[in-house]
Amino acid sequence: MISYIIRRLLYAVPILLGVNVITFALFFLVNTPDDMARMQLGAKRVTPEAITKWKQERGYDKPLLYNADAAGTAKLAHTIFFEKSLRMFVFDFGRADDGRDIAREIRLRMGPSLAVAVPAFFVGLLVYITFALGFAFFRATYLDFWGVVICVAAMSISSMFYIIGGQYLIGKLWHLVPISGFSGGLDALRFIVLPAAIGVIGSFGASTRLYRTFFLEEISKDYVRTARAKGLTEMTVLFRHVLKNAMIPILTGVVVAIPFLFIGGLITESFFGIPGLGSYTIDAINSQDFGVVRSMVFIGSLLYIAGLLLTDISYTLVDPRVRLA
Amino acid sequence: MAFQAVVLWTDWLVYLLVLVIVATTAYVRSKEHLRAPWRRVAQSVSGMIGLVVLVVFVVAGLLDSVHFRPRLAMSDPNAKVAYAVEVLSALDLVLEPLRTRREKTYSAPLATHLYAKETIERPDGGQARDFPRLKYGGAQLKDPERDWAGDVARRVLGGVAGGAVVWLLLGLLAVMAAARASGARFSQAWKRVWCGGTEVPWRAILLTLLAFCALGGATIALASQYHVLGTDKVGQDVLYQVLKSIRTALVIGTLTTLVMLPFAIALGIAAGYFGGWVDDAIQYAYTTLNSIPGVLLIAAAVLMMQVYIDGHPELFPTAAQRADLRLLFLCIILGVTSWTGLCRLLRGEALKLKELEYIQAAHAFGVRHHRIITRHILPNVMYIVLITVVMEFSGLVLAEAVLSYVGVGVDPSMNSFGTMINNARLEMARDPMVWWSLAAAFVFMVTLVLAANLFADSVRDAFDPRVRMLKPLTQRRKDAKNANTRQVRGIS
Repeated sequence: MISYIIRRLLYAVPILLGVNVITFALFFLVNTPDDMARMQLGAKRVTPEAITKWKQERGYDKPLLYNADAAGTAKLAHTIFFEKSLRMFVFDFGRADDGRDIAREIRLRMGPSLAVAVPAFFVGLLVYITFALGFAFFRATYLDFWGVVICVAAMSISSMFYIIGGQYLIGKLWHLVPISGFSGGLDALRFIVLPAAIGVIGSFGASTRLYRTFFLEEISKDYVRTARAKGLTEMTVLFRHVLKNAMIPILTGVVVAIPFLFIGGLITESFFGIPGLGSYTIDAINSQDFGVVRSMVFIGSLLYIAGLLLTDISYTLVDPRVRLA
Repeated sequence: MAFQAVVLWTDWLVYLLVLVIVATTAYVRSKEHLRAPWRRVAQSVSGMIGLVVLVVFVVAGLLDSVHFRPRLAMSDPNAKVAYAVEVLSALDLVLEPLRTRREKTYSAPLATHLYAKETIERPDGGQARDFPRLKYGGAQLKDPERDWAGDVARRVLGGVAGGAVVWLLLGLLAVMAAARASGARFSQAWKRVWCGGTEVPWRAILLTLLAFCALGGATIALASQYHVLGTDKVGQDVLYQVLKSIRTALVIGTLTTLVMLPFAIALGIAAGYFGGWVDDAIQYAYTTLNSIPGVLLIAAAVLMMQVYIDGHPELFPTAAQRADLRLLFLCIILGVTSWTGLCRLLRGEALKLKELEYIQAAHAFGVRHHRIITRHILPNVMYIVLITVVMEFSGLVLAEAVLSYVGVGVDPSMNSFGTMINNARLEMARDPMVWWSLAAAFVFMVTLVLAANLFADSVRDAFDPRVRMLKPLTQRRKDAKNANTRQVRGIS
């Protein structure tokens, strides 16, 4: 098990390197730093001096891959690729355009993201599985039929409508919770409830319907028939046998998502003004802060790889047949 | 020439897509084993309702994919012919009145007065703060307070009646066709359709069409004098905007899969079939791409493209061409982020298939690799490709809205559901609320996505052997009954 995890971690290195190369190519080869400078400075203020200054402030004035002017190892180290891309492996992300340290900013913003995403994640899982199991229990009845109809209708609605609708109904019309914002401590609860609830409702349709098919697939298997033939009640069959076995496909989709709780919902956070990583990313995209976008790409792929590893480990916990070697 | 034809990049691809669909349809019609699953799709009520709705949307989208630049009106007949900078589409021609009748600013649906108070000159010379009359909306009414309700009601009734007449004609044609096909008399065929006894659910299709005809008729009757869905901040008709947004949504939903398909199919099958280092390399490629969160990769790529477009303005003669290239690029980059799922599925299937006896037999006969792949593996994985394509559509339409909100979607000058929602967000805060833009985008988008979901489900049910056994018991009994009756009648 341990050796498997270590091997997987080693395997992550080439992938992260690949991600690094892709982002490097996107940000520095497709467009040179000069292009970026011109765009950021705006058409009017572009002078060669301004561009040089802009590049110097951000450390973009070095050669891309190979610095012929430097000596020894600095030939490779004093380059954009090394300083901007490879340094990310030690979580040195440099500074954002507003001069703040990106790594510190990320640490600060993790909390609010988690505060919204974690409750939404667990409540959501509970709700979806409950409803899906309910539909599976009442399968081939009108309850099941209309449940699926509602799920399909719900998944046809863009998540943005849920957010706007929720904000309008609960925040503006009923004044139950503030429309947007965030604060620390226990007071944060008021700000968390609505985004978390909307997060749960937003993916209700798709998830419930998916889990329902998992349950139905499991129900049609032979061991379930055997269990029924033994005289077990439908309740026992569903909870003791079907639920446990259906957890395997459910976990596959769910565990990958756990690390992404750190980033939180991009859209949700920016709509509700939560100072988390999601809104940080969106602000960076809007203000075209390339350094922050690059850092978030790196963090995102790191979390994804962690998610894959977690998925494999969680299999061994729910399915004794799976052995990692 | 009164116009100069303009074929945008996405137009070419849309035409190509239409060609592919027509060719595939012709091919499928000639092969019984390919026709069978499609027949099952045609028997599904929800699937056919979804298809009818989709067809209506697609017609609007196709009309909007024929572009041209009108000739500028010249006072001097000898002057050199010049064309407008603005690129119009066939849909713009149809919607000419909607496009050109601009108000000053917001106005509610079917309103006769502007949304905001203004200082207006009274006939007697004095000034007053009041809601001014609209330039076009309800301009024919002498006394809006008194005549408005009657006029609107008359138009709605007239429009619905007109729609119903059109629908009756369509219905007659459909029933006549059904009567001819089954060799029954017209009255019998009508009875069968009306009682839902036909194999293809004609009753549901006709009812859906009735809803469209009635709504369409009423809208057309109203649109000639009113802004049916109101106007936006700069006074543009919201109905016009949502109709123009349809093309963007369809292009994103279809072209994205079209551009990713060749890569996904080639790499997926190669990985599964050849194994070894090919498999390792391809798996590495898609794991790497997959591990970058989609939104971020798209954001990074679109930001970079924006820099490129800004740096090379000389490449794009018109704003429409620039917006179009951005749309195409968005499709490509969305394709790059979404091909991995299909690739993995195909790899798994190819792995399974290559162990089967008939492929080993082909090997033993000395058949070449590419022949085995095109002849034996490809046809056997096409159902996965088809299911993925139709299932992906609705997700992509929804993704477009989110991306446009984030600011990395389509060009802000291009009509799309995403830009509409994005603009409408700020309007919600106004008092009284400007709700109509958002409501219009909501209704059109939900209709499109819901129809796509219903159709996709019925396609999956028909093609995926795994799903068929998961249908509810009642459905399976009905299927069995249908199959039996077909056998009895000797059709099956």
